[in-house]
Amino acid sequence: MITKRIIPCLDVRNGRVVKGVNFEGVSDVSSPIDLARYYSRCGADELVFYDITASFEGRKLFTDILRDVASQIFIPLTVGGGINTVEDFERVLTCGADKVSVNSGAIRDPDLIRRAAQRYGDQCVVLSADVKRVDGVFRVFARGGRENTGMEAIEWIKKGVSLGAGEVVVNSIDTDGVKNGFDLEMLEQVLNAVNVPVIASGGAGGVKDFVELFTKLPTVDAGLAASIFHFGEVEIPELKKELARNNIIVRC
Amino acid sequence: MIAIVDYGVGNLFSLLCSLKSVGAEAMVTGDADQLRQADKLILPGVGAFGDAAEKLRNTGLDRVICEEAANGKDLMGICLGMQLLFEKSYEYGEHKGLGLLKGEIVGMEGDIPAGLKIPHIGWNALHFVKPSPLFDGIRENDCVYFVHSFYATDCDESLIATAEYGKELTAAVQKGNVCGCQFHPEKSGKVGLSILRAFCEG
Repeated sequence: MITKRIIPCLDVRNGRVVKGVNFEGVSDVSSPIDLARYYSRCGADELVFYDITASFEGRKLFTDILRDVASQIFIPLTVGGGINTVEDFERVLTCGADKVSVNSGAIRDPDLIRRAAQRYGDQCVVLSADVKRVDGVFRVFARGGRENTGMEAIEWIKKGVSLGAGEVVVNSIDTDGVKNGFDLEMLEQVLNAVNVPVIASGGAGGVKDFVELFTKLPTVDAGLAASIFHFGEVEIPELKKELARNNIIVRC
Repeated sequence: MIAIVDYGVGNLFSLLCSLKSVGAEAMVTGDADQLRQADKLILPGVGAFGDAAEKLRNTGLDRVICEEAANGKDLMGICLGMQLLFEKSYEYGEHKGLGLLKGEIVGMEGDIPAGLKIPHIGWNALHFVKPSPLFDGIRENDCVYFVHSFYATDCDESLIATAEYGKELTAAVQKGNVCGCQFHPEKSGKVGLSILRAFCEG
């Protein structure tokens, strides 16, 4: 059977990973390449690089780094951040990304999903949605969670999948940073609405939260987190051992 | 020299880098003479079968690949490149493949239990069906990375490994000097690199 995936997310600004602590054997924790190599060695199933650079120069630096990472690390790489056009897809795919995640760019121009899927295949297009409850309704937020689009989240995700998104990352703004577990209620509604892989994001504080995620929602495909991995609060080899002990199938 | 066949399909950067990382000399080329001079060929591919088969025919590289394979040159197809080795595919219509291996490509939809997601995306365990030198450095149940919605069937003659996803799906094939992986060895970590090394050094 297919294994559940554990995905560290690296935020990159001006060519450096934004947050993290020192790991044994990693000389430079803000080096995307050193950190990517470390995670790959630890058993990460995939890596997400999120480019939070705004400047043109920073973007160029990002693609240079992506090329370096892709030339040395042979697991799937997903890239997000600042993806607004099919040319942006091309820019990161030629540097070795396997999948490209769209968020605000697709909110502004939903047809971007269709055009990209047509050109590169559905498997290449990941819809990332930042979702927050507003008056009891799941709403999609844009611009890194700062702007309420007013769109109902489940409908938006269904639309994105029908346009060609081959995977969905659901990031709950409500649970993000709280470290008290993934947003199971929100994820369950997404899982019931679409039949493509769903990646849970936001809320993981420890190993038990991943166990709960995959036990309570057996159809969720992957768990994504950033700071708990970067700060060493959760180590991937231990996480995978604990998942396996709970009869959750993982790659060892 | 390992030549990766360039026929305008997909991004070959990772594949080229992965071959170099296992110590192979490798190049990406669509030049018939360079393909003929290479020691081994790799046929990559992502996207739709019909488009890819047409591109191979339009560039005339279909003939080069078939002639070289018939002359005994080692050939590995990866993902869609593996599917192209077979006789035909039913992906959006009916399309002729290279016919180097017996079998055909069909969709998972309707063939695997409802509720399983399509495409089959992620890491899945290899189950060996027949021994192959490609597996020298790896073990039964080692995981590799898959991304596909169609799969090879009626290919008992060449089937060497499967992966379970509602049913045993064709994961790797080999018949003599022609082999293929449905998964992406260049994205399958150590296990994938071991398979590539075995192909390059074999």
